[in-house]
Amino acid sequence: MKEHLATTGLSLNEPLLWEKAKKGRSGFSMPTRDVDTFPIDSHFLGDIPELPDLSELDVVRHYTRLSQWNYGVDSGMYPLGSCTMKYNPKVNERQASLHGFTLSHPMLPSELSQGILTMMFHLERYLSEITGLPAVTLQPAAGAQGELTGMMIVKAFHKYSGSERKKILIPDTAHGTNPASSAICGFTPIPVKSNEQGILSVERVELVMDEDVAGIMITNPNTLGLFEENIRKISDIVHSKGGLVYVDGANMNAVMGIVNMGDVGVDIMHLNLHKTFSTPHGGGGPGSGPVCVAEKLEPFLPVPRIVEKDGSYFLSQDFENSIGKLHAFYGNAGVLIKAYSYIISMGSMLKKASQLAVLNANYLKEKLKDTFYLPYDRTCMHECVFSDKLQEKYRVTTLDIAKRLMDYGFHPPTVYFPLVIHGAIMVEPTESESRETLDLFVEACRSIADEASQNPKVLFEAPIIPRSRRMNETEAARHPYLAR
Amino acid sequence: MRYLPHTDEDIHEMLQVIGLSSLNDLFTVIPKDCRSMKELNLPGPLTEWELNDHMDNLAKKMAVPPEYKIFLGAGSYNHYIPEAVRQLIGRSEFYTAYTPYQPEISQGTLQGIYEYQSLVTMLLGMDVANASMYDGASALAEALLMAIRITKRRKVAISSLIHPFYRQVVKTYLTAPGYEVIELPFQQNGTTDLSDINSLEEFAAVAIQSPNFFGCIEDLKSHGEKIHADQKTLFVTVFSEPLAYGLIKTPGSLGADIVCGEGQSLGIPQSFGGPGLGIFASKVKYLRSMPGRLVGQTKDKEGKRGFVLTLATREQHIRREKATSNICSNQGLCALTMAMYLAFTGGGGLRELSALNHDKAEYLKKGLMDVGAVIPFDTPTFNEFVVKFPPDYKITYNRLLKKKIVAGISISSFYPELADHYLLCATETNSREDMDAFIQEVKP
Repeated sequence: MKEHLATTGLSLNEPLLWEKAKKGRSGFSMPTRDVDTFPIDSHFLGDIPELPDLSELDVVRHYTRLSQWNYGVDSGMYPLGSCTMKYNPKVNERQASLHGFTLSHPMLPSELSQGILTMMFHLERYLSEITGLPAVTLQPAAGAQGELTGMMIVKAFHKYSGSERKKILIPDTAHGTNPASSAICGFTPIPVKSNEQGILSVERVELVMDEDVAGIMITNPNTLGLFEENIRKISDIVHSKGGLVYVDGANMNAVMGIVNMGDVGVDIMHLNLHKTFSTPHGGGGPGSGPVCVAEKLEPFLPVPRIVEKDGSYFLSQDFENSIGKLHAFYGNAGVLIKAYSYIISMGSMLKKASQLAVLNANYLKEKLKDTFYLPYDRTCMHECVFSDKLQEKYRVTTLDIAKRLMDYGFHPPTVYFPLVIHGAIMVEPTESESRETLDLFVEACRSIADEASQNPKVLFEAPIIPRSRRMNETEAARHPYLAR
Repeated sequence: MRYLPHTDEDIHEMLQVIGLSSLNDLFTVIPKDCRSMKELNLPGPLTEWELNDHMDNLAKKMAVPPEYKIFLGAGSYNHYIPEAVRQLIGRSEFYTAYTPYQPEISQGTLQGIYEYQSLVTMLLGMDVANASMYDGASALAEALLMAIRITKRRKVAISSLIHPFYRQVVKTYLTAPGYEVIELPFQQNGTTDLSDINSLEEFAAVAIQSPNFFGCIEDLKSHGEKIHADQKTLFVTVFSEPLAYGLIKTPGSLGADIVCGEGQSLGIPQSFGGPGLGIFASKVKYLRSMPGRLVGQTKDKEGKRGFVLTLATREQHIRREKATSNICSNQGLCALTMAMYLAFTGGGGLRELSALNHDKAEYLKKGLMDVGAVIPFDTPTFNEFVVKFPPDYKITYNRLLKKKIVAGISISSFYPELADHYLLCATETNSREDMDAFIQEVKP
């Protein structure tokens, strides 16, 4: 019998930090004291913090064991749809950890920070080239903060033009962050239904577009992995009534060098550097969500902006119509370094990366469309969405399939999203996976589908191989236990 | 290309499976008028060696310690980071994972974040902490939005001694949806003046930073009592230097309702201001109004302890426009870094380090006073303080820059009334020798 990817192995138990602590230990090399003691006013003096005391090896083993309970891109295929879990090149970690960057203070005079300012200035230019939008801010610390920045720009633009518009059109295939970002900005999100082909139709946008609509927020390619092919006409309609077109660029990995967003009528777009540009996801951040805009929106970009003068780079606050500031300093500079390194390592090969990401997704779609239900059987972009409809008759759900995939050694896809597909299974293989890995994944999926029909119990019990079984999430929410 | 595994044969065979003949065919679903006809104009592709050279050259064009002696904090602090922190956070099982949506294979991240949340509550004396926000500035903005939701009031007051950049971020976040932000003046002693507030019942929250931007330790207890004269108004405290809480009283013990701030100081490199760590904690009664992710303890089906993301019904992917925040990814890896750092220092170690920071700054302060510098505010400080130098100090400052000494930062651009006032900082990384050299240089 062929060996599965997943197997059991020695996994060590590890308590919580404070359960192995002992007063009087320390794992820290205390710097030599070369100054006298100056007592602090007793009115302000606090107690010694009640933090656990451990030796250096205690802490090293603690986190080494914890790390072994995790599954990352370096462990195996991580086809989490809409998250672009591509390979995070090791060499880029090196760049971000160069002392010239890690020890750099954000408030030194610009002439003392030319290295990083040069990098940031050029990264803005590269992102502009990739999106086709001329002006860029690198400040947002994540995609959702990029969306918020974009919405603030929309708001500022209309205010400047003398019309306070209240509504934002958001298709039903949007990320949950889109309505939240627009609402935080004081807009009312108006949902727009996608059509039977899974995309936005011109007619439906036309129907809801009026002079109180500040703009439309489209994810393109959308969360079904389909290209919004009416984007040009939709942009025309929105523009004709004075609105702006925002594109959520979370899925840009499908179309680098293939679609110029500026050319098709997009006014604002955020990118997720931790998706498209290979920076690690960090177990949930830090990410980075630069925003690219059309020329007419440049005056509203956050400050400070990086400006060039005679070959030197400066931070300038001098933009009176700017929306202001989103980050204490200039964004996640450490993440920007990695994305910059990735872009210049790839150069024009970025287009090839997109082509292969789309090839991989379509290959999986073809190979799996008889295994799982495929609601939209058309050429997809970088991801494709299946559902559990064919397994329903065995009472097997998307969740069971996802959990069983772990037993086969894979991270599950995104599940139950987008909401427009009941029991969605959203698979994004990325260009990083080889054909052999994809074939293994296909084999695992087919085998799970067989199990669903013949022995569904193994799916209900899954996962059995990881060190933890299914968690009681209801109990966690009913009686929140969030700290010691 | 080393990051792309496909051979020509793979591509050919995969296209056959799909029923297409070229990679370009994959994109014919995109209307022709939407397809770009020109190649991307980007540098590269660079080899690994070329990239290293290029980045080394950029990194060289940065003024950093130990070559430069930097006496500057102002929201970004140089502290020793143990090598073990650097190596453990470099374990790729941590950094190549994403948000732990699948708890069975994410227990490392989940337990790590649960421990982080716990350590934050211990450090700040609070009930609950979230899994982190982007940075100190956005954490403060989110805290104020949370207070607005809880109290249903539309106005907040923030101390003018909150970091000027944080205040700028607060205004950006709060003015877009139409809320009002007013700034509270400061007193002669370098702490916040609350006496201007005469109608507390209008305010959702009053926010105070301690130690504040001048480095002065605010009397949070007394501020809290004044603010809580109105039962609904929330007392929000913020910090940019959490190491102070190894020495001074916790904001939780002094009555704060929400405590937030920047965690960079605790094990995270300065990296030109980011990524940092937005720390966010509150009283448990406000738990369900909190923004951000939360990790909770539970059991798996065999009864074994485990951790999951919980209370997601507050969040954007479930509640969409009614969510408590739009935040999705946060600063997970930075949160884990801070937890590691505190695990190495422990409580006793943190106290010692914290005291050392205080004493270094006091040494520098006394030394500068001895050579004639004026300390304008007589309130106790932690590792930063304001000095008033003679009007010609700008010349000295520039001369020192040439000698690779960064002698603080002028604060007159943030506080025009404080001409010739400079903010200085000393941490455990500034040696007595370097401080003595700096003091000698400013000696008239």
